[in-house]
Formats: sequence, structure tokens, C-alpha cells
Amino acid sequence: MARPKSRIWSGRGWSYLRLFVAVGAKAKAASAAFWSLFMFDLSGKTALVTGASGGLGQAIARGLHRRGAIVGLSGTRRAALDELAAELATNVHILPCDLADKAAVEALIPAAEAAMGGVDILVNNAGVTKDNLFMRMKDEEWESVLSVNLTAVFRLSRACLKGMLRKRYGRIIGISSVVGVTGNAGQGNYAASKAGMIGMFKSLAAEVASRSVTVNCVAPGFIESPMTDVLNEKQKSGILAQVPMGRLGTGAEVAAAVVYLASSEAAYVTGQTLHVNGGMAMI
Amino acid sequence: MSDVAARVKKIVIEHLGVDADKVVDNANFIEDLGADSLDTVELVMAFEEEFSVEIPDDAAETIVTVGDAVTFLEKATAA
Repeated sequence: MARPKSRIWSGRGWSYLRLFVAVGAKAKAASAAFWSLFMFDLSGKTALVTGASGGLGQAIARGLHRRGAIVGLSGTRRAALDELAAELATNVHILPCDLADKAAVEALIPAAEAAMGGVDILVNNAGVTKDNLFMRMKDEEWESVLSVNLTAVFRLSRACLKGMLRKRYGRIIGISSVVGVTGNAGQGNYAASKAGMIGMFKSLAAEVASRSVTVNCVAPGFIESPMTDVLNEKQKSGILAQVPMGRLGTGAEVAAAVVYLASSEAAYVTGQTLHVNGGMAMI
Repeated sequence: MSDVAARVKKIVIEHLGVDADKVVDNANFIEDLGADSLDTVELVMAFEEEFSVEIPDDAAETIVTVGDAVTFLEKATAA
């Protein structure tokens, strides 16, 4: 019985090959649709994270990067920024900035836009504390906290609006704090700055909502960080007694809230404060 | 109509989505053309882009009609 020399060159072989190519082309066309099945996709979006040399900022940058965003890392500790950039490897830019320095703040957004081609997502995460009893608080302690935690947030948000309005897309997110809503003894300056951020962002949210730019806050409660690592057991149990969940939160849990607010799925959420505090304050 | 005026009017028509015959020199962006305050900021941004000029905030505040914009930009581009 005569048989073709090679099956692949027979008519049937060619049709298998054609089928394979056709399926490949279909799969490629469908891949955009396929990936969009996953929520909170940030592919191609550019995100600037301030305070990215700190624990929470690193977690936020990792979270955004994992969902596909190009991230700009801003912070004061260059070595920590370099280390994180090396870990993320691609789609990452280092933009050192001291938010206490007005000129540096004003240069940050233009630098980020030049490096990344724009700023679609701004995460105002950087913050400082200078705790003191109200009666003992120095003007300098008040001013330095307000300057970094509130005035720099105002300036950065103002600077990135132009690009966002033009694009008809933008996400401005502020990392506030539970104490901005509940208050906390010894943190008059810090609580004022965090409450100020909430009021400021509600106002901005109302101004730019019609241009599809959303402005929201995330208010973490007690989160694992170098700051909480140094607490002794007694201090820790005192804190945990206030948290129904009975544990500290993680940076990744705060980052997840940021990723949500940054996503296109959160397009109809603006002027809000998302509390991530283990039930510590239900507001 | 000067070249500047034509370009200004084109931007206004496109941005505010208004009829060309309404975009006259004495038309006030907010009162006559239905712009909101953010529209006026965006119009200034669009003028800056179109004419490659910088319009400082205090000058921007004086641009309230189509004619104001044309006059400002004719001066700015002639310099």
C-alpha cells in the first residue's frame, strides 16, 4: 500500500499546521480580553509613590508594580530606593526627593513625568511624626509635620493635575491615618495633617470628578513597621487591645486598598476614605 | 479674522462643544458659552499648548471672553 513519505507534508499535515496558526492568532487577539478578566489590572499605568524608602511605601510600590504599573520611587533614603528598584528590576524609576524642601517638591512631578511619560497615579504616602504633648509642642514640630504631611501633598497633587486633566484620567491617593479621624493624645500635629488631607482631598475630588480623575484616602490603623517593631510586649498588647482583629495590619493589606483605588474598577469611587484598621475604628 | 483668532475659536468650539456662531469676540466663556471654572483652566492649558506660550495665573484670570484670549495671544505670539 502506498503511503505518503512524510505525514506532515500530506494534505492533512498542512491543515493541522494551519489550524495551529489560526488558533495562535485567535489567542493573541483574545489575550487582551483574557487579561482583562483579572481585576485591578494596572498595565501601562504610571504610578509615583512618595515615601517609597519606608516600609509602607515599599509595600505600596510592590503592590502597584505587581499589577503591572510602571512605578516611580520617591524617598529620602537612596540606598533603600536602590534596593527596592533592584528587586522590582523592570518598569521602575528612582526619583529621590526630600518633601521638606519646597524646590525639591516642585521638581518632583516634572521629573516623574519626564522619566515615566506621565503620572497616572499619585500615591502620597510619605509622612513624618514629631509627637509631643500639645502644651509642650514647639512651633517647629507643628510646622515641620504639616509641611511634609500636608503642604507637600497639596503641591504634588496640584502639579500632577494638568497631565491628569489632559488625559481625562487620574488617581490621586493619600495615605491618611486612623488618628486623622479619631485623634490621638500626643499627635496634635500629625492628626491635624492627616485630617487635613481628608478634607483637602474631598474638595479636590469635587473639583475634578467631571474629568474622570478620582481623589481618595486610605487610612491605615496599626501596621507592622520598623516603628511598631521597637515596641515592647506590654506596649504591643496595649495597642492590640484596641483592635478587634487582635493583630497588627501588614503593609500588603494597605497596598491592596491602594491598588483598588488606583484601578479602573474604582472609577466611581471618589472623595472617600478607605479604613484599613482591623476594626479599630468603625467609621 | 486673524490666524490667531481662528485658532482660538477652533479650540473653544472643540473644547466646549458649542456652535461656531456663538463663539464671537465678546462671548464670555462662563456666562455665554456654558463653561465651568475648570473649563476655563483647561482652555488656558489648550491655548498654551496650541501657541507654545506660557500664560501666568494672573494673566489667565483676565481672560474671560473669546476676545480677551485673542488679544492676549496676539500680543504673546507677536513678541
